Amino acid sequence: MEELFQVRGSILTIRIPDELDHHSAETIREGSERILENQGIREVIFDFRDTQFMDSSGIGMLMGRYRSMNQMGGTVKAVHVKERVAKILQLSGIFKVIPIELEKSWGDV
Amino acid sequence: MENTNEMTIEFDSRSCNEGFARVAVAAFCTQLNPTLEEVADLKTAVSEAITNAIIHAYDEGVHKIRIECKIVDHDMYVTIIDYGKGIQDVAKAMEPLFTTKPEMERSGMGFAFMEAFMDEVTVVSEPGVGTQVHMMKHVGCGSSPFE
Repeated sequence: MEELFQVRGSILTIRIPDELDHHSAETIREGSERILENQGIREVIFDFRDTQFMDSSGIGMLMGRYRSMNQMGGTVKAVHVKERVAKILQLSGIFKVIPIELEKSWGDV
Repeated sequence: MENTNEMTIEFDSRSCNEGFARVAVAAFCTQLNPTLEEVADLKTAVSEAITNAIIHAYDEGVHKIRIECKIVDHDMYVTIIDYGKGIQDVAKAMEPLFTTKPEMERSGMGFAFMEAFMDEVTVVSEPGVGTQVHMMKHVGCGSSPFE
């Protein structure tokens, strides 16, 4: 299994698991806040390449990190977002504040 | 009454059961030959209702959550039942972005997602007694499930 959190310089990359629900959102929230408190992070990247499922608990977790980074003058973005997750992000309206890069599927090449 | 099928599960209100519960409902639904999108919609709606029961009804204490599923022709009925504290004002609770627990990073989108992904959502709640979320979705309208 890939590491959940990876810090490189001032960038924290969070490899979101297969399913982002209330259960996994809590783990990510606790772990990432500990890192954000003392490691001088300027950017948080949510890597959704493994993620097939997400619900509104995931939206809450993303908004929480967005607020933390916003307060510290840093940024947040989501990458490798697949169709289902994109639909949830779109419904929630969160794409208005967090930049989202969609995963390229074979059809787009 | 022959074109019906029912399934009931009851489990502890632990967050580690969220994944199991939505997959159980999705697996029961596969006999309707659903599309991938219909399965994903169902899983999201079930996940929202269960999460509400864990966080709001039981305040993260461990009690029972019951899911009753019933298939009638191509309609999938799912009822999620808790015996927790209940909802004072159901209409208010169902407003998008309304949450009683912003400090827990709740987005207030739970009921909005249930309504977006299911064809019908009805909430019956009594303070001190519990909450029932009744949902219905038309699924797999391409073929008969009972052939």
